[in-house]
This record gives sequence, structure tokens and C-alpha cells, in this order.
Amino acid sequence: MKTIIVVGNGMVGYKFCEKFISKKGSENYKLIVFGEEPRPAYDRVHLSEFFENEDAKALELAPVSWYVDNNIDLITNERVTDIHRSGKTITTAKEREFSYDYLVLATGSVPFVPPIKGVEKEGVFVYRTIEDLEGMLAYAAKLKKTKPNAKAAVLGGGLLGLEAGKAVMDMGLEPHVVEFAPKLMPRQLDSRSSKVLQLKLESIGINIHLSKATNQILGNGTITGMEFGEDDTLNVDMLVVSAGIRPRDEIAKTCDLEMGVRGGIVVNNKMQTSDEAIYAIGEVALYNQMIYGLVAPGYEMAEVAAEHILGKDTVMSSEIDMSTKLKLIGVDVASFGEPFMPAAKGHSILFEDKTKSLYKRINVSHDGKKLLGGILVGDATDYNMLHQIYLNGMAIPENPEDLIIGARGEGGASFGSAMDLPDTAQICSCENVTKGTICGVIENGSCENFAEVAKCTKASTSCGGCKPMVVDLVNETLKSLGKEVKNSVCEHFDYTRQELYGIIKVKRLTSFDETLDACGKGDGCEVCKPVVAAIFASLYMDTANKEDVIQDSNDKFLANIQRNGTYSVVPRIPGGEITPEKLIIIGEVGKKYNLYTKITGGQRIDLFGAELNDLPAIWKELIDGGFESGHAYGKALRTVKSCVGSTWCRYGLDESVSFAIELEERYKGLRSPHKLKGGVSGCIRECAEARGKDFGVIAVEGGWNLYVCGNGGATPKHALLLTEKVDNETCIKYLDRFLMYYIRTAAPLMRTAAWLDKLEGGMEQLKKIVVKDSLNIADELEREMQFLVDAYECEWKQAIENENTKKRFNHFVNSDDRDDNLVFVPMREQKMPEHWGN
Amino acid sequence: MESILSKYIKVSPNEVKVWFKAASVGDFHENGGACVKYRDKQIAVFNFKRKGQWFACQNLCPHKMEMVLSRGMLGDENGIPKIACPMHKKTFSLETGENLNGDLDAIATYPVKIENDFVYIGFSE
Ligand code: SRM
Ligand SMILES: Cc1cc2nc3c(=O)[nH]c(=O)nc-3n(C[C@H](O)[C@H](O)[C@H](O)COP(=O)(O)OP(=O)(O)OC[C@H]3O[C@@H](n4cnc5c(N)ncnc54)[C@H](O)[C@@H]3O)c2cc1C
Ligand code: SF4
Ligand code: FES
Repeated sequence: MKTIIVVGNGMVGYKFCEKFISKKGSENYKLIVFGEEPRPAYDRVHLSEFFENEDAKALELAPVSWYVDNNIDLITNERVTDIHRSGKTITTAKEREFSYDYLVLATGSVPFVPPIKGVEKEGVFVYRTIEDLEGMLAYAAKLKKTKPNAKAAVLGGGLLGLEAGKAVMDMGLEPHVVEFAPKLMPRQLDSRSSKVLQLKLESIGINIHLSKATNQILGNGTITGMEFGEDDTLNVDMLVVSAGIRPRDEIAKTCDLEMGVRGGIVVNNKMQTSDEAIYAIGEVALYNQMIYGLVAPGYEMAEVAAEHILGKDTVMSSEIDMSTKLKLIGVDVASFGEPFMPAAKGHSILFEDKTKSLYKRINVSHDGKKLLGGILVGDATDYNMLHQIYLNGMAIPENPEDLIIGARGEGGASFGSAMDLPDTAQICSCENVTKGTICGVIENGSCENFAEVAKCTKASTSCGGCKPMVVDLVNETLKSLGKEVKNSVCEHFDYTRQELYGIIKVKRLTSFDETLDACGKGDGCEVCKPVVAAIFASLYMDTANKEDVIQDSNDKFLANIQRNGTYSVVPRIPGGEITPEKLIIIGEVGKKYNLYTKITGGQRIDLFGAELNDLPAIWKELIDGGFESGHAYGKALRTVKSCVGSTWCRYGLDESVSFAIELEERYKGLRSPHKLKGGVSGCIRECAEARGKDFGVIAVEGGWNLYVCGNGGATPKHALLLTEKVDNETCIKYLDRFLMYYIRTAAPLMRTAAWLDKLEGGMEQLKKIVVKDSLNIADELEREMQFLVDAYECEWKQAIENENTKKRFNHFVNSDDRDDNLVFVPMREQKMPEHWGN
Repeated sequence: MESILSKYIKVSPNEVKVWFKAASVGDFHENGGACVKYRDKQIAVFNFKRKGQWFACQNLCPHKMEMVLSRGMLGDENGIPKIACPMHKKTFSLETGENLNGDLDAIATYPVKIENDFVYIGFSE
């Protein structure tokens, strides 16, 4: 039995163990792993997720039991201090000595902290470990208590710096990013794309300061600011340094291994250092005179070292792919291959649209045949495909610009599907999984869906960037085998929502248990119950009171559950129009029950912080005052926003408020696969933002224009024109058909815009169905909608009139006591729940 | 925060010292949950009618320490009865308390028995 000692239990050290034990011959080796950190290896790439849930366990790459089960000795919290090459031993900080046959150094790197005067001050952090993040969170919490408007800066505008910028913003601090270079992400972006990115980041609230050399950190013991020039300072209360990395090579110095001039342990293409028995992998290894600060090359190094120790002569690729994609939500940035193009090698094609914060650049070889690299900002959906074309040296269209602006005349970019890639194309670079492997496991029947493929090939299990492509490959392969691609609801129903809708309708099923018995299995779960509940509502206009135990969290209590388990109350205010008398009623209810009140983004009023026990009483008062449920809790029609329109506005072409009220009254309570919102504007100035809604109506000379399938939210989309210049009646007719068709066919939680994206034939097809009635179902759709409209009942009125239903709003079954766990704190002149402590 | 959590410790049937008479069977929704107050504790009790079984666990969700589990949704995962928290849908086995879709600590579960149409929950103190 030979012994391999792995120094460092980070991402790459872990990957080495995982790869090594899966190989033939590994049973003859004993692995001992030392980690300096207190916990086993975790996913540093997704470190920022720690801010969302502070769940260190969720980041763990494998639990301690995994090491035990695989006979690996994991020794955490113990740093290796010296290597004694002659006797093949190491010693640790606890002065213990161990012998090795092979030594694998995977000590990673540390953040580089530039020698700026004052960087040792309190409030200055780096961003690398869970402990760093815990320190930042504690400090930010302390800051905010005394200073609600505290500011935090990040030193460094690279990939990591921007991530840290978003993190401090999410902590509730005013974020600033300070970069020495005149552009952001200087290693990946050119000046123009950096400018586009800057505008985008500023629009989400991150302040950017370029070309700033920091002279010193100001403050008396604790940071209060940064000084750039003599009169150029920035007041900040916290600083995160993200100015690059330095390999943790100190251990190599103890035994004279060959090192790079600027650090890093020199390795050959077998990952051996200058001592044949010692390997170095990951961010500590200097390969091709470079340190690679990414996981994918680190994982390849782990593979090479593992194979080499076991006697194979696998070698490291000579060229390392440094393509990257920024992980910030809502900010698409990617660069691949050669982002900047020396004129000698080829030429560049640029596309820029400042109004849409869009920039695309591709670099093409002189002969126009090969893609050499590129930059995408604002929309990186094509990154995976372009990256593949680059990696595989695939042929590109005659007009290379089609790759970024789409072939003229048709929509969409002009490359084919992921299926056109060669089998050797590496789809998941983190786990090194090729297209051939992914399609293979489907073809040979060992996997049937994405989840199984991810589990058995490991594709998409690291950074997840390749997931869309893997999903495409899985679905396309299934299709090519004549197998159906199932988006079944969950383990209890082998049907899609659309199929289930059909079955329930045909068999006239009316309760959840009946449905399970008729076409499902098991006892149901939190996924299928709300889906079935919504189908009942869409078919029979059942309210959430009928079977409260299958409703989603909010529907169950006809109110939105808040951070502390209290609820919000949103009465319907159709079209945003409200009388002074009704405003007074809302005011009185708010006062009486001590509720936090706020005008919502949907032109109505939300009352927050209502205790479960009080909900029926609150609603009784509102209903007595003439209000109805606003369905703010349901996947249902929310609001139809209006602008004031021709009744008052000098530009108005029609009465937008009246029409908005008419539409809201018509569709109120209508439940659907996702929430529905509408808007009516009196002219194309569009003050009601109607085109940001699932349906939007805009008055023009000669009638209403009807737009559909828009939304705000996470992926904003403008609604598209369905029909022009129609009168009220025709508009409602088309809306009935459109909404009913959506309700029938969409997947659960799919907004109209995403649904249209998936609809074969897109908008043209939708126009045919709705306006031309090409499927010959218009009558049926209209009839179904009219039934739902006529069957409407205010579910809150139902709830308070029935003693039995009312009971579900008691916090306890055996006591009238209230929840004594609730803590509110004052906020301005109102109140809010205490912050989540964990 | 930790101190609230430490109030809730799993009780196995053989450790029961007190059978607390909570409420009558009719007070509990079929296939739903309700919250029972026992001294300074909040216990979520579920009438899993479809399985013909009753379950009890702490009302406190260990994710964000909110007293909400009784308002969650019942279901099963590969036959294991579970409760999904209404806040972020973390799911817990009602048999072992184990967090099925994450790495949260297990929740405490308690024995339940039905006698003469009354629901009793077993405590060790
Ligand atoms: C109260 C309100 C914010 C405010 O104070 O203004 C709000 C609050 C919530 N929104 Fe919203 N949204 C509110 C207007 C909006 C708007 C603006 C609008 O309607 O014009 C949008 C963007 C427009 C859109 O929907 O297209 C919006 C986009 C979202 C999204 C993202 C939807 C998407 O498709 O991307 C969610 C998440 C979801 O629904 O899954 C969401 C979800 C939520 C939830 C329900 C989150 C939750 O599950 O607890 C919030 C709870 C409300 C509560 O407790 O009462 N909210 N939300 C607004 C209520 C409007 C109303 O009167 O009903
Ligand atoms: C916030 C953040 C986001 C990132 N995002 C991305 C991304 O999107 N894509 C990407 O490709 N990369 C990303 N990275 C980089 C990626 O995390 C690293 O490339 C990867 O972690 C390197 O792995 P490693 O094992 O070499 O080093 P590490 O993961 O740092 O592991 C080294 C371990 O060795 C321990 N150690 C050091 N010296 C000793 C010693 N003498 N004795 C015992 N133990 C020792 C250290 O404490 C550490 O735990 C990101 C990094 C951070 C910090
Ligand atoms: S944007 Fe909407 S969902 Fe997000 S925090 Fe505000 S109210 Fe909540
Ligand atoms: S509080 Fe229960 S899942 Fe988050």
C-alpha cells in the first residue's frame, strides 16, 4: 500500500480525490488529505450564494461521511508547514509528521492585497472563504444598526470584484466598485463592451469608479474612506479587496521546489513539480508560465495528476481555455477565446445597441472560416453555442455577422442546434463531459431525462453554465429516438400540466384525491397539489376555499405570507381608481390592526403585518366597506393598471380608466398557470406601461391596439401587437380567446411571454389562432371564459361567511392565544418584522 | 434564536411520559395541518388522511426560525410522508424529521395517538 498525501482540501484537491478513487488501481493507495480550513471542501465558485441562505452545508462538495466511506483520511483544521523531500515526510502546524510516496499540492491561492497604506484597518475584507463572508456579514449588520445608509467599496473591477459588488449590495450597503484600469473586467472586455456593462451595472445601482489608483485607506483604526488623488476621496464604511490572486506556494519554499519569478510552483504537462514524487494542481500550479484562476483547468490538472500517479501518460492540454461568463443575475457578460483581436490574426465584427445595453463582438480568422473569440454583453444566451463553435473549430456561416445578429429575414441566430456539434465537443468544461457522452447515455437507455443525465455524467453539476445546452441535447436526443420529451408535473403525475388539464376536464374530476386515484400515484406533494388546485379553478372557478389543503402557501390563507409568518392584505382597487371614502376605510383598518401600509407597484394599497388570527376580522371590515379580494396571493389576475386617459388628460384618445376597470372586473379571480397582469393606456405615451404586461391595450386613432405576452419582473419583455384598431367588444373577444388558450396550454408557473417563446410558430401562430380562429376553437374558448366570468365569487366573502372556513385562520387549534414568537421593530413611522438572524 | 430551537427534541414512542390531550379529531383538517400549543411549545399536527396516519413535529422551521410548518403542504416523496414549509418549500420527513431537499438539521417529531376521537401528542416532560 502506497500513501498519497494531498495538501489542501479546496475545490481542486477534492476533485483529485474524487477522480482518483474512481480509477482502477486506486485500491492500492491510501489517501490522506490535509485542509487548513475548518470544514471539508466547498464550492467556492458559488460562494456568493452563502449571502442568500448562509447555509455552509449547501456549498459542501461532499459530506465528511463521503471521505470515511471511501477510506480517505480527511484532516481538517491542520496546516501542512514543511516538506522534507529527502525522507519523503511532511510536518504539520500541530507538529505531527507523516510519510508519503506521492505528494499532491493543491493549496490554491490567496487574494492579493496591494500594499496600500491603511489596508490593515478594521472594515477591510477579502473575498475567498466562508469565514471571510461571515466576517463581512457581521460587520455589515453592525454598520447598518448605526448607519442605515452605509457604503461599501470593492477594490478591483474584475470578474470577482463585480461579484463582490453585487454581494455588498445584497447586504443592504451602497455598493461602489473601484478599478485601477480605465475599464471593467480588463482581462476579458474591450473598452466599448466595458462601457455597456458599466451602464448596465449603474442602472441596477452599483456605482463604478474607473482609472482610480488608491493611495491610502482613510480612518482612525476603522475605515472611513479611500483616497485616490489629493482631493479625490470616496467615503466608505467597508472595503472588499479583490485585486487578483497570489498562489499559496510558501510550502514549496521550505523544500526548494522550482518556482516562478512571481510565484507559483512550476509543473510540467504531467503536473509534476521539479521533484517527480511531488505534484502541484489548481491555483498554486504554474503551468505554461501561467496561474489559471478558474476551476475547469484545475479539474483537468486533477485528472492528469491522478492518471499519472496510476501509471498512465495522460497530459495536460497545451492551450487552456479561459472563456468565462459572469454569474450576476440580470447582467449577461461573457467572453471566450481571444476576446481582443490583434489585426494580424483576423478581423472583428461588432454590434452595439446602446438603448438596449447590448454589445456583441466576434473575432473571425482572415479567411472568414473560423471563429477565434468574442465578447457578449447584455445578452449572453448564445454564449454556449458560440463557445462550442470556437472550441471545436466548426465552420461558420458565409456571413459571419449572422452569428450575432441572426440571418436577415428570419429571427434568431443562424447556427443550428446543439445537435450539430461534433460528438467530441466538450459541453461541460468543469466536469469534462462531451456531447457524445450526454447523448450516449440517453441512446443506450440508461438515462431518460436531464436530472438522470446530470446524476450519471456529472454534467452541469459544477458551475451549471452549460445546463441550457445539456437540456437541449437531452430533449433533442429523446425526440430523435421517437421518445416523448416529458415535462411531467412531478413523481405523482406522469403527465404535463396540459395533459392533466385535459384529463381532469374530460373525466370531470373535482377533488385532489379523486384525481390522484384516477391518473396519479402516491399521496401528492407541494408541486402537484397547487397545479391541480389551479386546474380546478380554471375549469370550474373553484375558489381556494373549496379544498384549502391543496392550495399553495399564499392561496391557503388567501393572503401573502411574509418574512415573519404574518400576512399582507390587498383589496382590489380596479384600474387604480378609488374614492376618498374608500381610502378612509383602508386607513382606518390599517390603524386599527396596526398594519404597515404601502402603495404597491400595481396601483393599489398593501397592508402588511396582519396576524393570521386577525385576517377574517380585517376582511370583514373591508368587505363591509365595499371591497373585494385583490387576489394578490394567487396565480390569478392581479391588476389592470390604467393611466388617467381622455377623461382628464389632454392627449388621451379614449377612456383608459373606464376600460381598465371593465377588464379588471371581467377577469378578476381568474386563475391561470402564472399570475396575469394587464394595462390600459390612453395614448402611445403609455403612462400605464401596458406593454410591460401580459396583456396591454393602448388607444390609437381609430380604436384600441391589443398587445400580449409582455411582462416586467426577472426577464422583462415588451408585449407584442396582436391586433390593431379594434373596438371594446372585439378587444374583449380576442382577450377571452387569448387568455383561455394560455390557461389551457401553458406549463405551471410559465408567464405568457415564456409561453409564447415556446409556442411553435410564435406570434404569427398565436394571431392565427386568436384572430383567424385557425383551430376552430374560438367559440369554445369564449364560452369557457364566459362561464368563468359568470361563476366569479369573492373568496374572502365566502371565507368569512362560513364558520368552518374561518377556523383555519386560528394560529392554534387548542387555544385562542396568538403566536408569541412574532417580533416587530419600528421603521420610520410604521413597523417591520425583525431581521432574519440566520 | 438557537434557544428556541433547543426546546424541540425528538420524542420516540418509548420515551413518552405525558400524553397531552390536544383537541378533538374533528378540529383537524383532513390531509392538512394545525398547530397545537403545549406549555411554551408550538407543535404542528397533521391528519394525513390519505395514508391513514397522524404525525406531529415542531412548528418551527429550522431554515429561518419561523413558526409556520403547520401551515405547510403535506405530501410524500418516494413513499416517505413529508411536510413542505410554506415559506421556501424546504421539505421534512414526518417519520424521521430529516430535511429531504437540503442540509438543514432534522426537525423534532413527536408520537401521536387517537383515543375516543381525541388527538394526543406524546412528550417526554
Ligand atoms: C406588493 C408588490 C411590491 C410593491 O410594494 O409595490 C409586490 C410584491 C410581491 N411580488 Fe411583485 N409585487 C408588486 C408588483 C410587481 C410588479 C409591478 C407591476 O405589477 O406593475 C412586477 C413586475 C411586472 C410583472 O409582473 O411582469 C412584479 C414582479 C414580481 C415577480 C416576477 C415575475 C416574473 O414573471 O418575472 C414575482 C415572482 C413570482 O411571481 O414568481 C413577484 C412576487 C411578489 C411577491 C408575491 C413575492 C412573494 O411571493 O411573497 C411579493 C409579495 C406581495 C405581498 O406580500 O403582498 N413579483 N411585482 C407589488 C404588488 C402589486 C399589486 O398591487 O398586486
Ligand atoms: C467568490 C469566488 C467566485 C469564483 N467564481 C469562479 C467562476 O465563476 N468560475 C471559475 O472557474 N472559477 C471561479 N472562482 C475560482 C475558483 O474558486 C478557484 O479556481 C478554485 O477554487 C481553485 O481551487 P484550488 O483547490 O486550487 O484552491 P482552493 O479552492 O482555494 O483550495 C485550496 C485549499 O487549500 C488550503 N490550504 C492552503 N495551504 C494549505 C496548507 N499548507 N495545508 C493545508 N491546507 C492548505 C486552503 O485553506 C484551501 O482550503 C471563484 C473564486 C471565488 C473566491
Ligand atoms: S421586487 Fe417584489 S418580490 Fe422582490 S423584494 Fe420587492 S416586492 Fe418582493
Ligand atoms: S423558513 Fe421554512 S423553508 Fe425557509
